[in-house]
Amino acid sequence: MAKKLMKGCEAIGEAAIKAGCKLFFGYPITPQNEIPEYMAHRLPQVGGTFVQAESEVAASNMIYGAAGSGERVFTSSSSPGISLMQEGISYIAGSELPVVIVNIMRAGPGLGGILPSQSDYFQATKGGGHGDYRLLVLAPWSVQEAADLVQDAFDLADYYRNPVMVLGDGLIGQMMEPVEFRAERTPCKPLSPKAWAATGCNGDRPTNIINSLFLDPEVLERHNQKLKAKYDLMVRDEVRCAAYGTDRPYEVLIVAYGTVARVCSTALDDLREDGVGAALFRPITLFPFPYAELRAAAETARAVLVVELSTGQMIEDVRLALEGSRPIHFLGRQGGMLISPEAVAERVNAICAGLRAEVRHG
Amino acid sequence: MQNDLIIAGFGGQGVLLIGKMLAYAGMADGKEVSWLPSYGPEMRGGTCNCTVVIADRPVGSPVVERPWVAMVMNLPSLEKYEEMVKPGGLLLVNTSLINREVRRTDVRVVKVPANEIANRLGNPRAANMVALGAYLGATRAVSLAAVEGLVRETFAGKAKVIDSNLAALQEGYALGEREAADGKVVPQEVGA
Amino acid sequence: MVETVVFARPQALAPVPTHYCPGCTHGVIHRLVAEVLDELGLAQRTVGIAPVGCSVLAYNYFSTDFHEAAHGRAPAVATGVKRARPDLIVFAYQGDGDLASIGMAEIVHCANRGEKITVVFVNNAIYGMTGGQMAPTTLPGQVATTCPLGRDVSLAGYPIRVAELLATLRTPAFVARAAVHTPLHAVTAKEMLRRAFRYQAEGTCFSLVEVLSTCPTNWGMPPVEATEWVEKNMVPYYPLGVFKTPEGVDRAPRPAPAEEG
Ligand SMILES: Cc1ncc(C[n+]2csc(CCOP(=O)(O)OP(=O)(O)O)c2C)c(N)n1
Ligand code: SF4
Ligand SMILES: [Mg+2]
Repeated sequence: MAKKLMKGCEAIGEAAIKAGCKLFFGYPITPQNEIPEYMAHRLPQVGGTFVQAESEVAASNMIYGAAGSGERVFTSSSSPGISLMQEGISYIAGSELPVVIVNIMRAGPGLGGILPSQSDYFQATKGGGHGDYRLLVLAPWSVQEAADLVQDAFDLADYYRNPVMVLGDGLIGQMMEPVEFRAERTPCKPLSPKAWAATGCNGDRPTNIINSLFLDPEVLERHNQKLKAKYDLMVRDEVRCAAYGTDRPYEVLIVAYGTVARVCSTALDDLREDGVGAALFRPITLFPFPYAELRAAAETARAVLVVELSTGQMIEDVRLALEGSRPIHFLGRQGGMLISPEAVAERVNAICAGLRAEVRHG
Repeated sequence: MQNDLIIAGFGGQGVLLIGKMLAYAGMADGKEVSWLPSYGPEMRGGTCNCTVVIADRPVGSPVVERPWVAMVMNLPSLEKYEEMVKPGGLLLVNTSLINREVRRTDVRVVKVPANEIANRLGNPRAANMVALGAYLGATRAVSLAAVEGLVRETFAGKAKVIDSNLAALQEGYALGEREAADGKVVPQEVGA
Repeated sequence: MVETVVFARPQALAPVPTHYCPGCTHGVIHRLVAEVLDELGLAQRTVGIAPVGCSVLAYNYFSTDFHEAAHGRAPAVATGVKRARPDLIVFAYQGDGDLASIGMAEIVHCANRGEKITVVFVNNAIYGMTGGQMAPTTLPGQVATTCPLGRDVSLAGYPIRVAELLATLRTPAFVARAAVHTPLHAVTAKEMLRRAFRYQAEGTCFSLVEVLSTCPTNWGMPPVEATEWVEKNMVPYYPLGVFKTPEGVDRAPRPAPAEEG
């Protein structure tokens, strides 16, 4: 198929449709209104259903119902709305249902602002709602990648029977870039029929019950351990990451995800032109986080710089990955303020200067 | 290196539209492109802007703090972006609505009386097309033909609107070319 | 010569320009509320609760103390304030998405508990702030960005008549609907607001005034047409009047015409 210039939000909506999703339940919130608006317009054209829920709490429970019926279903929101969805998400994880949730992050806490942010990293990767569960979290850095990851998200959700979150920021939602949808797409995981779904039972199988209630502590513990085993499989099989400029020697390894990594990639080019050795490591799955891959990439670096649109959230996973083996620096902006390639380059230069000073003193 | 520009003005001046046209035309020319609008509370009645990047290889940062080119359609935008343009870059100034001189001496300036030209051509709303034309004439960032095609598409069915927009585009283009020929502007190589 | 001031900014209104679009009646409603607070001498012990919607910045436009609530939760926040400080005059200012969609549970239970607060409910049949999505009050057939072909009542149901709905609760309350699209309507609206705040000041009951309002921006029409649109399309579906008083129902809610037949 030919490339088409699309807004991130629209590409996300189209990707869901291409992945065979015919159901959307959601509630308006900036900066992702174009997703529900796109679905409201597109889904009826493909025989699908769009429902504007009365709230995000309701939307998160509507997707629970639809997923439990064995259908592909999708919702999207932005930070304050995602907070309200935590009830449904926790129940969905507990009931092992496949859903796709898109969070186009804006700055918080509270009502915050509507400009781009990455301040929901903790919420997305460390639980969010109550109970012992994980989402599989994918973080695109371009509109094309957002479209690709949304399609993969449906396969991953079905395969693991687990909610998958696509975590973008306001930039991904609002910018336009060329996008290409493959005409014939093979699922990224082998998929089997959803025999567990509550679709009506005429007595030829035991009833299917979609449930997260286990009053017997021993049974609930077994359930928790079953979920854990599933998350362990994700850790083993689903890590995605990318590295740039690691084929040449580098002193500083930059770690960033999403559009911030794009900004860093431009900084990298500028630094290279100036003869400064830097490379970029980009987690694409935030859970499972690429701990081992990051550790390997940092092996030859003398310092690491984490860049985020927050006061420092992913940096905690970087610390876990590096276990104190490298100095870790941080560059962050908040509130919807953006980071420029110049700011990143300046910071890398400062770190390099410090490193050289360190050598002299050593 | 990439060709980047910020287009800024009042909401309603059509700055988002010409930014999109540039992105579309860049794509039609086989380039990599990104278009990033400002969004937020300031959009209601206030200023708005978009950043367009056109490059020969995948676009890095869609956020540009120091653009090569700033096309400023009103005074608040000049105030905001004058300092940000890269040294040696280009400031394209809509002199119809901006009655002060550019203070920077290390950037090239192309003055475009966009509203006056558009008014003279009988379509006051085509000032954005004059500015877009001037940008193309001065930089050859994308081909004029590609943008002309888009104008026909955008206003399909409205022959008069198409004609006046094309005229605006072409007049702007000639103006931009003249300025470039005067040696004031060096056409920028994409992906140099 | 003696100068008589015939028109001045109410004390309860802050001396700042608002961000509302031309022809938007949020500003008129602010003014009426402020005049009533002035005239009843309540402003100094009033605390407002702002919603999430176009009037989110209401806290900047009144010269009273304010809370900013989460989307739809203003009645819950108001409950907290009133129970903590019963001597305060507490009012929540809410849009139709805020009150009748995401906040429906909060408003129903606040009214049902008979919280002695006042709710100013601004019904403009659309989500203004987020750019024109369908509201629970969007009229049948009305186009919005999430119902691009017009509201289909077989999928989205009929617009909710909030005043009528709340009037069915057994708990005593004052519930009325007014409009502000003409000066005459605005005078009546102010009278309703005055009664609402008086009931609160006397400690009598919960009070809510629904006010029909314009959104020229998202209705996609110039301001003058928008006021005509209120008269022509909204008033027939959302009849004006008092639906409930603590003394008893003033008059039975009029059945709305047309689509019921
Ligand atoms: C939890 C949550 N969901 C969604 C939003 C986005 N949002 C902001 S205002 C609004 C609707 C406003 O409409 P309405 O209440 O009718 O007020 P109006 O702007 O029309 O006055 C929405 C959905 C939000 N801020 N928080
Ligand atoms: S968008 Fe509508 S409700 Fe909001 S300020 Fe403008 S006219 Fe008023
Ligand atoms: Mg509204």
